[in-house]
Amino acid sequence: MKPKQIKDHTGILSSIFAIILGLIVGLIILFLCNPEQALPGFATILSGAFTHGAKGIGQVFYYATPIILTGLSVGFAFKTGLFNIGTPGQFIIGGFGAVYVGILWTSLGPVHWIVALAASVILGALWGLVPGILKAYYNVNEVIASIMMNYIGMYLVNWITKSYKPLFNNLRNESKNVANTANIPKMGLDKIFPGSSVNGGIIIAILVVILIWVILNKTTFGYELKAVGFNRDASKYAGINEKKSIILSMVIAGAIAGLAGGLLFLAGTGKHIEIKDVLPSEGFTGISVALLGLNNPIGVLFSGIFIAYLTAGGFYLQLFEFSTEIIDIIVAVIIYFSAFALMVKIIMSKFVGQKNGKTDETGKGGTKS
Amino acid sequence: MSVIYFIFQQTMYFMIPLMIVALGAMFSERSGIINIALEGIMTMGAFTGILFLNFTGKSMSGQLQLIIAILISMGTGMIFSLFHAYASINMKSNQVISGTALNMFAPAFAVFVARVIQGVQQVPFNNTFRITSVPVLGSIPFIGPLLFQNAYITTYVGILIFVLSAVVLYRTRFGLRLRACGEHPQAADSAGINVYRMQYAGVLISGALGGLGGLVFVVPTSTNFNADVAGYGFLALAVLIFGQWKPVNIMLCSLFFGLMKAVASSYSGIPFLSALGIPSYFYKMVPYIITLIVLVFTSRNSQAPKAEGIPYDKGQR
Repeated sequence: MKPKQIKDHTGILSSIFAIILGLIVGLIILFLCNPEQALPGFATILSGAFTHGAKGIGQVFYYATPIILTGLSVGFAFKTGLFNIGTPGQFIIGGFGAVYVGILWTSLGPVHWIVALAASVILGALWGLVPGILKAYYNVNEVIASIMMNYIGMYLVNWITKSYKPLFNNLRNESKNVANTANIPKMGLDKIFPGSSVNGGIIIAILVVILIWVILNKTTFGYELKAVGFNRDASKYAGINEKKSIILSMVIAGAIAGLAGGLLFLAGTGKHIEIKDVLPSEGFTGISVALLGLNNPIGVLFSGIFIAYLTAGGFYLQLFEFSTEIIDIIVAVIIYFSAFALMVKIIMSKFVGQKNGKTDETGKGGTKS
Repeated sequence: MSVIYFIFQQTMYFMIPLMIVALGAMFSERSGIINIALEGIMTMGAFTGILFLNFTGKSMSGQLQLIIAILISMGTGMIFSLFHAYASINMKSNQVISGTALNMFAPAFAVFVARVIQGVQQVPFNNTFRITSVPVLGSIPFIGPLLFQNAYITTYVGILIFVLSAVVLYRTRFGLRLRACGEHPQAADSAGINVYRMQYAGVLISGALGGLGGLVFVVPTSTNFNADVAGYGFLALAVLIFGQWKPVNIMLCSLFFGLMKAVASSYSGIPFLSALGIPSYFYKMVPYIITLIVLVFTSRNSQAPKAEGIPYDKGQR
């Protein structure tokens, strides 16, 4: 029990260390651009989300919804030994599924939004299935396969949306509005956070986080997935169907990222699929969220809210004539330093080891199988 | 005939940057370091290079200006790739994470700095670099219009880099050592090779070529830089895998991918292609789909460097 506690401790410490360094770099950049405005600007990043009361907090939850789920997707795959860099593709194809059902299947009535979300889950799962099969049966590195699937998904979505008249808003070069019945119900959140864009999506996201936590930690199925992630050959020897586990891991990860897309495009906030050849940023942000949350579902929930909090604060930064990209810079720096986690762990365990008179075996990095 | 010349010239605009970046990635991966940060490195290289073109647009023009911009882009790429090298070699980070962080950093940084300097994020430049026809060589029948008309000096730089890469990788001591580090760093180390230094060299070369590739991509195909290299860094990774980490294959593969990109961007102006009625999105998707298929068929006996992606630890056996 004791070594595990030390490990968890260093994990959180290295996340905090990364966050602090990221914020310092952000502050330095603000200072270099405009020394007078730097401190008030920085204060806005840290506290901006709170300055508008309940609305601001609701906005944080709204921003957090998709990135909690893309983060959960990446984190879940990590726990099972896979790097799911395919979240942008799964996200956009899932979003497309939701928008397609949301626009066209208008006769569904009250269950419309549920069917639309189901479509996003299924399409996202399909986009995870392909790298999963390639990994399980052909030993193709899932990182490369996922990157290819990202671009295939993005171009496919743009192609279909643009060429299918009922979906396409010609004037604004984006998808049309979904039917009102397809929008996710507010579930009472609009009364708690009046004026904000928050909706039932955050509740769904939290439920999915709990579900994944239970699967990973309380079920045999989750144990098998993790075992395959630790050692594919040993798991096979122990009687686990390791091919099935790898495929299911990617399918679940894809389904979560697809759901994230569905929740964003059905939020009823005027989000549309824009026809431009750029991968959705929510997917890549998911990688940051997962890394910062130490790939733990509960950790991902908090890190998703944290990054959404910075984003919401950064929105008000425009008052100081700084562009909001500073938030992306800060997050990127945080991720860069959180990649040092292994080294921080080694240093910490050496330190602890010297005290206890023995050194701790640390995990090996790298994503190669 | 002129249609063929046109397509070929267009193809060169897309192929040369792809080839340069993929060759850069080859050096990094052959030394054992996965460099997924190429997209970000290209963005940074293109950004500083184009920024230079923008600043000196009034006082300079022509090939000298472009050559200086090339050097600036290469330098930027090298400096930026140092972060990746430090994280993955010294700090033994997960190389995909470090690369992802740099990919996120670069466009945000480019937009931010561009806004600070000039208010908007697009950096425009004057394209005065197109060579209508190279003296003497441009008038050779067939080959002249293919290679020496409507060309950029960067095309020849790219070809030079291709030849140099092939020679360096297979015909020099440095290349042999670099490959050894990617295959079996422990063995390389015991033979007296400084693995860390070779890996630094690999990543820095990929940084220089990545930065250059960013500039080479933007100059012929656009009139401003918008913090984006259209996924070329990732496409270069596809080229690298399709080309099985070998220079000649990489060249051929980037020629094919470049052709697809050229067709996607200009097929409506080419009679027999627009008659086919296949939308441009199809041509855009083809390279990625083909790469997936190639991955399936080659993964059984993949030529990927054996130690790729695994941080080298002296103490490990």
